[in-house]
Amino acid sequence: METLMSILVGLLFAIGVYLILTKTLLRIILGTSILGHGVNLLIITMGGLKKGGPPLLGIKNLTYADSLPQALLLTAIVINFATTALFLVLSYRAYKVLGTDDTEQLRGIKDE
Amino acid sequence: MSSWLHIMIFIPFLFAIGVPYIYKQLTPRIHTGWFVLSIPLVIFAYLFTYLPNISEGNTFTETVPWIPAYNINFITYMDGLSLILGLLISGIGTLVILYSIFYLSKHREALNNFYVYLLIFMGAMLGLVFSDNIFVLYVFWETTSISSFLLIAYWYEREKSRYGAQKSMLITIFGGLAMLAGFIMLSMITDTYSIREMISNSADLSTHSLFIPAMILLLIGAFTKSAQFPFSIWLPDAMEAPTPISAYLHSATMVKAGIYLVARMTPIFGGAAEWFWLVSGVGLITLLYGSVNAVRQTDLKALLAYSTISQLGLIMSLLGLGSASLYYGVGTDSSVYAMAIFAAIFHLVNHSTFKGCLFMVVGIIDHETGTRDIRRLGGLMHLMPISFTLTVIGSFAMAGLPPFNGFLSKEMFFTAVLNVSTMSVFNADALGIAIPIIAWIASVFTFIYSMILVFKTFRGKNKPEKLGRVVHEAPIGMLLSPLVLGSLVIIIFFFPNVLSQYLIKPAMNAVLPTLADTGEMKVKISAWHGWNTELFMTFGVIGLGTLLYIYLKKWYRIYHLYPENFTLNSVYDLCLVKMESLSKFITERYMTGFIRDYLIYIFSFIILVVGGAMWFFDGFSFDPSKDAPANMFEAGLMTAMIITAITVLFSKTRLTSIVAVGALGFLVSFFFVLFRAPDLALTQLVVETVTTALFLLCFYHLPQLRKEVSRIQFKAVNAVISIGVGVVVTLVALSANGNRLFESISSFYENSYELAGAKNIVNSILVDFRGIDTMLEILVLCIAGIGVYTLIKVRLGGGDKNEEAK
Repeated sequence: METLMSILVGLLFAIGVYLILTKTLLRIILGTSILGHGVNLLIITMGGLKKGGPPLLGIKNLTYADSLPQALLLTAIVINFATTALFLVLSYRAYKVLGTDDTEQLRGIKDE
Repeated sequence: MSSWLHIMIFIPFLFAIGVPYIYKQLTPRIHTGWFVLSIPLVIFAYLFTYLPNISEGNTFTETVPWIPAYNINFITYMDGLSLILGLLISGIGTLVILYSIFYLSKHREALNNFYVYLLIFMGAMLGLVFSDNIFVLYVFWETTSISSFLLIAYWYEREKSRYGAQKSMLITIFGGLAMLAGFIMLSMITDTYSIREMISNSADLSTHSLFIPAMILLLIGAFTKSAQFPFSIWLPDAMEAPTPISAYLHSATMVKAGIYLVARMTPIFGGAAEWFWLVSGVGLITLLYGSVNAVRQTDLKALLAYSTISQLGLIMSLLGLGSASLYYGVGTDSSVYAMAIFAAIFHLVNHSTFKGCLFMVVGIIDHETGTRDIRRLGGLMHLMPISFTLTVIGSFAMAGLPPFNGFLSKEMFFTAVLNVSTMSVFNADALGIAIPIIAWIASVFTFIYSMILVFKTFRGKNKPEKLGRVVHEAPIGMLLSPLVLGSLVIIIFFFPNVLSQYLIKPAMNAVLPTLADTGEMKVKISAWHGWNTELFMTFGVIGLGTLLYIYLKKWYRIYHLYPENFTLNSVYDLCLVKMESLSKFITERYMTGFIRDYLIYIFSFIILVVGGAMWFFDGFSFDPSKDAPANMFEAGLMTAMIITAITVLFSKTRLTSIVAVGALGFLVSFFFVLFRAPDLALTQLVVETVTTALFLLCFYHLPQLRKEVSRIQFKAVNAVISIGVGVVVTLVALSANGNRLFESISSFYENSYELAGAKNIVNSILVDFRGIDTMLEILVLCIAGIGVYTLIKVRLGGGDKNEEAK
């Protein structure tokens, strides 16, 4: 399972990076989103999979799944959401003001 | 712990903080300089009390810990050499500040800046000569460079000031860095940071492989600071500074720092042939170069600048020649050459007096006539009699005529070069004869420019039509400082042995400690020592110098023979321009302003560093034995994820790609359920729903996805990079999985009920164990929220182009 997950994560990374390297702003945002999913899955996979029950003390289990990656991920998911939202609105504004969503045309003016 | 000397070094810095307030409160009623004047005066008086003690051969050491962990302490060390410079710094500092009160208008000039920079310089220079720790010395050394930069650029609205300031900064800081490298090498050889300890351990340094590199690097520092050839080009441009500064920094004190360093290091390096030839050779070349170039100058300050370069070369060469005495150890031979060191220190003091005086007089001339151009000046003798007298005193001392102190040290210089010409070590027999000849030719030119300074300015016809104003003598306050220096010039001539006993001998003992212990040196300076070669050389200088001065017009044209393009200045300018254009060229190659290029750098770096490290250190390992088993359901989920991800990649419309990414998010939450993470699954569901909604809201406003019209090359690079990143991540994940070095620390949190009263471990980590992290995370969310709100709501000038277009 871990091996399969590693390959899946690699694939998500590859697709995410490819989208980020394109010129369209919307594709770039979608790319960061996919990259974020890849990272989340990577972290939880690294904690070891399907060992013990969910980390809830109310349910009597002998062992619990690793709780630390889960706590980290909870933070990561929320932050990921915040950055995605900001990116989206930023590109929306950039398009409104500058009239393009092509990063090649968005490049700065030469010489400062 | 601390000592009065430490306090004296820091008084200028502390007072500098207060200067702007004084300036603000009391301008224009009282000139700020009157308050600053007390500082160098107090320091001078304090240092003066050490004179009897130092002349008896005592030294003083005080330590204040600075970075004790690295054995860097602020150790002050006072001996004859540092005292002589300390007295010069504070003494001439007093006179210069007194002079500046009359020179700089309290109504027009930014006096606060001037005195703050001046005090910083004074403190740094005092720190430089009194510190024993090489790193402390280095810090003060660079501080003098920086304050010199600020003072040259004092009239920063002038382009030439800025040019001169930048030039001096680039050259002296470059030298300072070289010196730092030399210091570090020296500390590696001797295993100490203290100069005194280096000197006492210096017995068998010369065999060490770093000995020569350390020597050369140190000398680059000293030569840049003391404006030795070919680094001398910064000094003439530094003359853009106000004249008090030129008198103080660029003739009397700062440029002596390099001389001081060479003198300080003589016990360590002296006796080596390389040191002898480098120091005396560069010194002699500088002496000749400076004096020959001084003659062609038409600006009085430029003339003085080149003469300073030449005189610094003279002192430098004397230090080099004198270092031979360390080769001979102790004995009659060594004391013959040691006289050169004595002459160097003697001339250092003399030069500060007469050159300080001359700079101040030139400042007066500039102040009263409005020009420093020799071609427009003339006939000032009757109009400015006191200035004329002072110029005569200063110039004749510089030319080496009696009854002025310059005569004494010039004669000693001739003695030293004549002694060396007969020296038999260091291969001196071949080149030795050239040394007195160079010295003599340089002296002839020195005589000529000294005469130009006096007679072209003060004799001849007055040219009021060229000046456009009526010239009269300067106010007495302005004349006071040069008068003091001018009288010193004469007093030293008549009572040289008082100076020698109290100051110069202790200083020489500091440079040649081994010789001092034996009491071999008996120094007596006298103006008359018979009809010897030195005297005839002086007669020759006067004779030929007078002839050449009279027929100056006839041979002046040889200066024009030298092509303008090959001067050191044009080389410097060319280097600067080329460096700028080269760095611009390189920067423009990679700073394209296209975000994709920067991302390519980042991702390639990840691939190269992480992948490369794995390759080189053989870090990859694969061990699926502990893997949890996978069932059909999970395999199905994975396939679904792969399909949705690839759909995003190839979708042609906005809607498809957004829906696909949303689906991907929901599939991830399925995985969280499978991996026993209910909290994550819930959060992911909520977040994904909101994100998709947001995407759909925004996408309405965003343009239709275009088919990317990119060249195949562009796409290929992207594909290679992204596949590379994917592969590297997979490999890292597999290796990490196969190599578990230690148990997870999560078991600690399984006590969450006892520790935090919570049954949900993940939640207790977030809100209890790592509560502050979560709070800051909420802060990040708030910032993002504010960002989103502002971007939507706030309209900053300028119309939105596509407001109506969508």
